[in-house]
Amino acid sequence: MSSQKAPSIAVRGVGKSYSGVSVLHDIDLDIAPGEVHGLVGENGAGKSTLLKILGGAIKADAGGLSFDGEQVTVGSPRDAIKHGISLISQEGALVPALSVLDNVFLARWSHRGGLVSARADRKRLAGLIETTGFTVDPDARVDGLPIGVQQQVEILRSLARGARVIAMDEPTAVLAEHEKENLLALIRTLAAGGTTIILVSHFLEEVLSVADRITVLRDGALIRTLTAGETSPRELVGHMVGREIDVLYPDPQPVPDGAPVVLAARGLRRGLVNGVDLEVRAGEILGIAGLVGSGRTETLRLLFGADRATDGVVEVDGVTLAQHSPRTAMAAGVALVPESRKEQGLVMQRSVAENVALSSLSGRRTGPFVKRPAEKTAVGEIAKSVDIRAADPEAPIETLSGGNQQKALFAKWLLRKPKVLLIDEPTRGVDVAAKTQIHHLITGLAADGMAVVCVSSEIEELLALSHRVLVLRHGEPVGEYPRGTSPEVVIAAAFGSHEGEPR
Amino acid sequence: MSVDTLPKTAAPEAGNMSRLAFRMRDYGIVAALVIIVIALSVSTDTFLTSGNLVNLLDQTAVIGLLATGATICIISGVFDLTASATLALSAIIGVQVGRVTDVYVGMLAAVVAGALLGFVTGTVVVRSGVNSFVGTLATSMVYRGLAVMVTGGAIVYPLTASAETFGMLTWPSLFGLTSATIMFVVVVAILAVVVSRTTFGRRLYAVGGNAEAARLSGIRVGSIHVTAFMISGVCSALAGLILASRAGSAQSTMASGMELTAIAAAVVGGTSILGGEGAVWRALVGALLLTLIGNGFNLLGWDTIYQQVLQGLLILFAVTMDRWLRKRTR
Ligand SMILES: Nc1ncnc2c1ncn2[C@@H]1O[C@H](COP(=O)(O)OP(=O)(O)OP(=O)(O)O)[C@@H](O)[C@H]1O
Ligand SMILES: [Mg+2]
Repeated sequence: MSSQKAPSIAVRGVGKSYSGVSVLHDIDLDIAPGEVHGLVGENGAGKSTLLKILGGAIKADAGGLSFDGEQVTVGSPRDAIKHGISLISQEGALVPALSVLDNVFLARWSHRGGLVSARADRKRLAGLIETTGFTVDPDARVDGLPIGVQQQVEILRSLARGARVIAMDEPTAVLAEHEKENLLALIRTLAAGGTTIILVSHFLEEVLSVADRITVLRDGALIRTLTAGETSPRELVGHMVGREIDVLYPDPQPVPDGAPVVLAARGLRRGLVNGVDLEVRAGEILGIAGLVGSGRTETLRLLFGADRATDGVVEVDGVTLAQHSPRTAMAAGVALVPESRKEQGLVMQRSVAENVALSSLSGRRTGPFVKRPAEKTAVGEIAKSVDIRAADPEAPIETLSGGNQQKALFAKWLLRKPKVLLIDEPTRGVDVAAKTQIHHLITGLAADGMAVVCVSSEIEELLALSHRVLVLRHGEPVGEYPRGTSPEVVIAAAFGSHEGEPR
Repeated sequence: MSVDTLPKTAAPEAGNMSRLAFRMRDYGIVAALVIIVIALSVSTDTFLTSGNLVNLLDQTAVIGLLATGATICIISGVFDLTASATLALSAIIGVQVGRVTDVYVGMLAAVVAGALLGFVTGTVVVRSGVNSFVGTLATSMVYRGLAVMVTGGAIVYPLTASAETFGMLTWPSLFGLTSATIMFVVVVAILAVVVSRTTFGRRLYAVGGNAEAARLSGIRVGSIHVTAFMISGVCSALAGLILASRAGSAQSTMASGMELTAIAAAVVGGTSILGGEGAVWRALVGALLLTLIGNGFNLLGWDTIYQQVLQGLLILFAVTMDRWLRKRTR
């Protein structure tokens, strides 16, 4: 895949502060050529910061890097690419309005005499697609693609640039189970071909299965580098949080007999979604499983009125939502934690507090004025219950680590005390400990009578959290499975293989 | 919010430093203003006279009002290029209505016209879904055209009997400031409170920062935009009244091109053209800065042929400085 051999990387004494607050200090790390190096730690531990330094996206304040024993300066992404390092960032860095083809060869288009030669690029891309086994349409605009596919486009781009070191920041957070497997297989192939991979992930099993060595960061410090074969998830978590903790998922409480149906949908249709019926009772958690493109997210959006269904009805407490829009849904007590924090969830340049308060502004006002003390208290309390770690609630939310942004997004909707909570990927990018915490929160809310509909690409999570799991395929429900069903069965149903056929 | 994680790794001074850095970033432009004021106070003995200061603020009023309207639109993620056309049209309406009723009713009519024109602009932009830049550019041509039609291209005057009353905005008032200045300060103060303290203000920022996230939070994005355009329309009408009151007349070519100066003032003040950030007080600072340069040229007796060049350079300087300060704290 790469013409040249990957360099051995030495990170020495690297540190970084933001406005005087140190978020990374004195990091010493060696990464061998062709190694898969895992990087784990709690939300805000500094993983992304370290990767961004390697990828030239930000500059370290202290320390330096050397490749094959030679001091190098990586002052910009351009420098990094020159040295064969490619960063696939947590937030994604594609140009939304361009095609897959143009994104893959962004600024590196084949050209003849100054003219871009799409023909040559097309051939190169076809070759890359074949080696990776991805299925992407070269001419699709990337903003229309599911996040999982966008991710693949980023990987294709790294490969197209001939990267010898690929740093991936939570690449699997947005992927479905089988896509994860594919990605891990690809990582193994690349590494076997001599490419170095640095992998940040909150899925410890995954890191353990693919990495040669794993480095744990905590509060910006490097705690330890371990050999993957000689450690366990438990030990890693211990190093991550600095103490022994339990990371068992809680069981949801059984739905009381006779609990009323709170949310019902009949014959929902629009685009991909082709006739979804569902009912959720008070206190019940309904999981929705399916492959990328099966219409899971779209179904949630229809339930919330983010898109209006061309056909079918949504009822809350038996009352049909007429003029269905986010506003009417919210008025009826429905909340949606959307799939993408950056595009649909948060106003990145506004403060943490403003973001969290945004969906419930009218609940805390005197006439036209925001009741600021009440807001401060409310935001403070909810932030505590989901454990948002922010130095300053008045700082722009974009300065929070990915996982903490996710928690803030969650908090924003909890603050409305909804009757029906629709959650798309509740724990995307959230660390192991916080994930358990969010699970406790959701099961707790359900126990108090909330109806929850939850979409997750992580089948284990879905099965642990839900009372029932509805499987969608090509926008149609293909089966419903009770708690305790094995993941394999659900996955098989999502794929449409026959062994998985439900009762 | 749990504050126990980061400080663990940071010395106490670090927190103060961070707050200081925040302040620098926020108030860099104020420092620039203060520097220019000090420079002018030292280098001329006419700058710090009350006569000059009264004059300076009076001169700032028009551009300040327009910049405030522009700032509110920009925060919400739209541009209002109709500002100066709305100014002319509503001033003309004000004068004409004043002729058939009385001056006060005429002035009220001007403000109402400004709000209505803003409503129309906003509705056009929101309904058509056209980019606001193009949408308001086209609408502004329509408004100017209407102004020409209404006046037949001539200058319109209030009735001779009420000409003196019509000039009331130039009269001295509280603290010796002109009535125009007082009106400007009051309006800006009200809008500053609206933007920074109300739920509408919060929504304004959210819509400008991320319209989709705002929509999914139950905010009516369209009506926020329409409201922003209406506020801008009222600001334009008030600015139009000041100009008309000063000139004792109104005409269709009034304040032509001033919408761009207003946007420049907003941006010089530090409001990001990307939306979702900014503040009303920044419009005031930006307008003061631009006006100060003109004032300085006069006082220093410099040749005004250089004024535009310097103004352009200053805008570049202010915006670069702003970017630089923000980047440093990221
Ligand atoms: N631009 C910034 N300004 C200020 N602080 C920042 C900025 N970017 C990151 N930080 C802070 O640096 C710390 C480390 O962030 P980083 O994104 O590296 O965490 P992470 O380990 O990747 O976490 P996650 O698992 O949640 O993605 C966090 O406390 C974060 O708030
Ligand atoms: Mg991160």
